[in-house]
Amino acid sequence: MEAFDFSVISENWRFLAEGLQYTVQVTVVAMVGGIVLGTLLALMRLSSKKALQLVAAAYVNFFRSIPLVQVILAFFLIIPLVLQLITGELTPIGAEKSAYFTFAIFEAAYYSEIMRSGIQSVPRGQVGAGYALGFTYAQTMRYVVLPQAFRNMLPVLLTQTIVLFQDISLVYAIGATDFFGAADKITQRDLRPVEMYTTVAVVYFVICFLLSRLVKRLQAKVAIIR
Amino acid sequence: MNYHWNWMFFFQEGDDGLRYYEWILSGMTWTTVVSLGGLALAMALGSVLGIMRTTPDRRLVAIGDIYVDIFRNVPLIVQLFMWFFVFPEFLPEKAGMWVKQELPYYVTAIVGLGLYTAARIAEQVKSGINSLPRGQRNAGLALGFTEWQTYRYVRLPMAYRIVLPALTSESMNIFKNSSVTYAVGILELYFQYKQIIEKTSQVLEITIVVTLIYFTLAFTMNRILAVVEKRTRVPGYISGGQGGH
Repeated sequence: MEAFDFSVISENWRFLAEGLQYTVQVTVVAMVGGIVLGTLLALMRLSSKKALQLVAAAYVNFFRSIPLVQVILAFFLIIPLVLQLITGELTPIGAEKSAYFTFAIFEAAYYSEIMRSGIQSVPRGQVGAGYALGFTYAQTMRYVVLPQAFRNMLPVLLTQTIVLFQDISLVYAIGATDFFGAADKITQRDLRPVEMYTTVAVVYFVICFLLSRLVKRLQAKVAIIR
Repeated sequence: MNYHWNWMFFFQEGDDGLRYYEWILSGMTWTTVVSLGGLALAMALGSVLGIMRTTPDRRLVAIGDIYVDIFRNVPLIVQLFMWFFVFPEFLPEKAGMWVKQELPYYVTAIVGLGLYTAARIAEQVKSGINSLPRGQRNAGLALGFTEWQTYRYVRLPMAYRIVLPALTSESMNIFKNSSVTYAVGILELYFQYKQIIEKTSQVLEITIVVTLIYFTLAFTMNRILAVVEKRTRVPGYISGGQGGH
């Protein structure tokens, strides 16, 4: 094997950093969007209206049974078709932008399952107590149930976000330049796979390992207070 | 929408003389081969690692923990690229060349997918063993069993039954995860999906069909393991019933 050439990394660090920045951006947007949409889905799933339950269950089971790479490619191709249907004109949105939508919509299915068990972890009596105080359904959820559900589930939500952070690498399927995509493009040009892929693996490992340790600590804290 | 629906294109011939539905069937076969191969490796290695992490021997625990930390904190696609393009460079020259040129791609892909999934299985097996009351191991030792015998005859038979739902859901996940192996040249279902879209632009029809196939594969796995779960149930002990989700 040839010697490990660090200059390949130092020469290209800016491009890699931009890729990593994109990965972080998509993660944050998809996390926020996914948790909001996921919470709505969880509320629908636990509502007393059969139709809402069915829609939410179908959404969640659908996205949980297909591979993410397939969703990434399908949305990349289908979103422009839908936009065309709405606006009437052809609007290609590009791989980088379509990934934001895809991940938010896809992850919502996973976040919704987490929020559902979070909501179910709040004793039923608290909902009754909320109603007894004259709260509406929305107020009971907003002030009593969701804050506790969210808090109880925070470690699990964050663990899912670490998974999401790793899954962004699959935008490779549509050629977007995330962290891994950046390293792959440099490899194609400079033919230094060992340096590039190792760098990506090490950086991913360090970030995810540290984050998962933090989540573990948080979990211990939340568990004690409960 | 001026999308042109055409369900009959599945019966048209692609450039290689095969019809598109035959491309899909061949992709399905590869998906199944890679997934089941990876699953077999993952179950074997994951069980060993999971058991190691519950032994009194600290070194074994450390090895298992380190393995799981590494393989859970690097994305699957990056792991596969490491096995394909980086790992051979670290081998002695002859062995590296053999891996790159002689070893079939699908073997490397199965190993990559299997090692990745093993970390997840190890977590499940460990939590299954740890969920048993301590008294079970002690009772085994008191009966004169060796440490290994307490695993073999007392703890594992129960632990596996407890984690079967979780193992079912990992077995379903591996079909989805196998789609990532397209990136290292495995001609599995997602690869064929991508290729058919490029050739025909019939995005919606093929998306519907491929989605249904992935759904069917995972569902079949779910049903098979539900039968296993039913057969192995200990009467009156584990309520069981619902296959994993």
